Amino acid sequence: MSSSTQAHVVHRDDYGSRMGMWLFLFTELLLFGGLFIIYAVYRFVHQQEFHMAAQELNTTIGMVNTIILLTSSMTAAMSITAMQKGNTRFSMALIIVTILFAFAFMVNKYFEWSAKIHHGIFPGGKELLAKPEGEILYFGLYYVMTGLHALHVIVGVTIFLFILAFIRTGTIHQHAYVKLENAALYWHLVDLIWIFLFPLFYLIH
Amino acid sequence: MSDHHNHEQAHVVEYGKYIFVWISLLAFTGITVSVAGINFGNWTIVIALLIASVKSWYVLNYFMHLKYEDVVFKVFIFVALLTLGIFIALTFIDYSFVR
Repeated sequence: MSSSTQAHVVHRDDYGSRMGMWLFLFTELLLFGGLFIIYAVYRFVHQQEFHMAAQELNTTIGMVNTIILLTSSMTAAMSITAMQKGNTRFSMALIIVTILFAFAFMVNKYFEWSAKIHHGIFPGGKELLAKPEGEILYFGLYYVMTGLHALHVIVGVTIFLFILAFIRTGTIHQHAYVKLENAALYWHLVDLIWIFLFPLFYLIH
Repeated sequence: MSDHHNHEQAHVVEYGKYIFVWISLLAFTGITVSVAGINFGNWTIVIALLIASVKSWYVLNYFMHLKYEDVVFKVFIFVALLTLGIFIALTFIDYSFVR
């Protein structure tokens, strides 16, 4: 399957491709970085309120989602190893497992947000507006930052679905897998952002 | 093989290494959750961010293969993080005078 593509010379630059992906990831870093700065300043100004508001979050759901994302990051990384070893089917299986973990993450997020919204804690919600300013800011940041992160999870799943299609059509194979590498890089970034979101929102007591 | 440049740094990371990194990451998650229950005052946030940085270091180096990349990639990341660091520092210098 993979030997047929070796017959002709292919002009490509995997090194440059990965570098381009990293440069894109830096723009993501600054996008979330800006939000982290806003968080830092408001937390600095409203320390007590941030602590009070954080009590409302469910640490268990946060921790389960952390474990889910860390594990999905591992399966994404392993799918590259499987591809390098020529084990295409195993590589695809690992990508599917990664996607399933992403769904599990989103299901948890759905229940988490639903519970908050049910209690009237959402931007513009009556119960939230009755709280002190610092708590309103905390939940505003909570929805924007975890929401933007969740959007990245959905984009990550979409990218992995394309990768699966590329593997099926033979565009990605044992000797040309930089697309898979870049997709995994994106997924690891999603994981990295969560590594910081988790302690900053769920673990302040 | 005509495209020797493309494959000169293809580094295969074994499954076992990923599992080791994964277990380390889970262990650090456990530590950060259990430590959050203890009151260290202002140090709580420092400890939480320190553990998050260690976890990031593992993800960057092993999952994202930074350990096996060219030095250029590491310089890039250093510059990107430095830029973010400058933004944070300048914001706080500004804020401490506003208050």
